[in-house]
Amino acid sequence: MLAALGPNHRHRQDHTMTERLKEINIEVFRYLPEHDDEPHFETYKVPFADNTSVLEGLQYIKDHLDGSLAFRWSCRMAICGSCGKMVNGAPQLSCRTFLRDYYPGKVRIEPLDHFPVERDLIVDQSDFLRKLEGIKPYLHSVKPRAIADGPHHQTPAELAEYEQFSQCINCLLCYAACPQYGLDNEFTGPGVLALLHRYNADSRDAAKAERMQVVNAEQGVWGCTLVGYCSEVCPKGVDPALAVNRNKICSTKDYFLRFLTPRGTRV
Amino acid sequence: MTRRKPYVRSMDRWWLRNSFFTRYMIREATSVFLGLYTIVLLIGLVALSLGEASYERWLATMAHPAFIGFHIVVLAAACYHTYTWFGVSPKAMPSVRIGNAPLTPALIIRGQYLALAIITLVVLVAVASGET
Ligand code: SF4
Ligand code: FES
Repeated sequence: MLAALGPNHRHRQDHTMTERLKEINIEVFRYLPEHDDEPHFETYKVPFADNTSVLEGLQYIKDHLDGSLAFRWSCRMAICGSCGKMVNGAPQLSCRTFLRDYYPGKVRIEPLDHFPVERDLIVDQSDFLRKLEGIKPYLHSVKPRAIADGPHHQTPAELAEYEQFSQCINCLLCYAACPQYGLDNEFTGPGVLALLHRYNADSRDAAKAERMQVVNAEQGVWGCTLVGYCSEVCPKGVDPALAVNRNKICSTKDYFLRFLTPRGTRV
Repeated sequence: MTRRKPYVRSMDRWWLRNSFFTRYMIREATSVFLGLYTIVLLIGLVALSLGEASYERWLATMAHPAFIGFHIVVLAAACYHTYTWFGVSPKAMPSVRIGNAPLTPALIIRGQYLALAIITLVVLVAVASGET
């Protein structure tokens, strides 16, 4: 059984040999579009050690109990953002959530809320990706810089304005935490708005006016009612609710300044 | 032909699925009580403008146990609303720095309670000195 836990565990065999592995019930959301009309749950008994993540639990199921189970993952270290799942109803990165914390209870794993389910734990992310592209998530220089110009310096205070928002790994946990997105997926949503703010708040960027159109839209920041759960679940310490609500202020300013500034000079 | 058949889950009773959402809905619902309270207060103001007799009648109505109960409920709702709103308000503020240090959420929250305490005290003192 130990070897069955996979290569990650093999080098720890000596150590774990002395511990008896416990077993936990993992209840998994299953949906196979080729023969299911409705999803259902299946329960699997999975052995685990203290350091077995929920993701490793799923990998155990796929390797030893049911090879048809589909789910996404890549880095196993909370940086690629692809392993998000609902774990007992809360959005989590499954690689950084541990089975020991749910024992002796059971673990219930579902695909991230508020997204259409393609198959088992895999959701369709295309809506998010389309919105992400729409905000031009990269720096637009004020004027083209030559290599000879050297790096574009920023003060620590300028860096602090956007630094936390640049930590986003596009894991979509905040979307699964946002009932407004679940109720109406026209809403741009927390993650994309946080990234939008990451560029708008950067002193080196010059595309703010363009991105403000996304902010000001009905589906932009005004779709948010400050539930605030997005900021709770973010695994990277980004505060999407802060970014969104700060932009409500920017959007209001933008609206009133429009009447005060002559055409063509708006920022 | 595509074999894709994306399954969309229902949002039915979403506010009961997670205690965070339930608390959020309670926060939103408390504003209904605050709204009702302002209406009652507004009626009181109208009564005051109509003269002493009508104001006395409004005061007598307010002394009815049902209205006392109503005020207790409203007070509880207002406290909960204040507590939750103070908690989220740092998110609804522009970025403020004092010198090189950012104004932290904890400081903003404490500042609001301080302002609340001072205003309450001023009002209480004004009312007490008005009565004597
Ligand atoms: S803001 Fe946080 S929760 Fe949302 S996608 Fe980025 S890293 Fe994930
Ligand atoms: S597998 Fe990369 S974040 Fe979890």
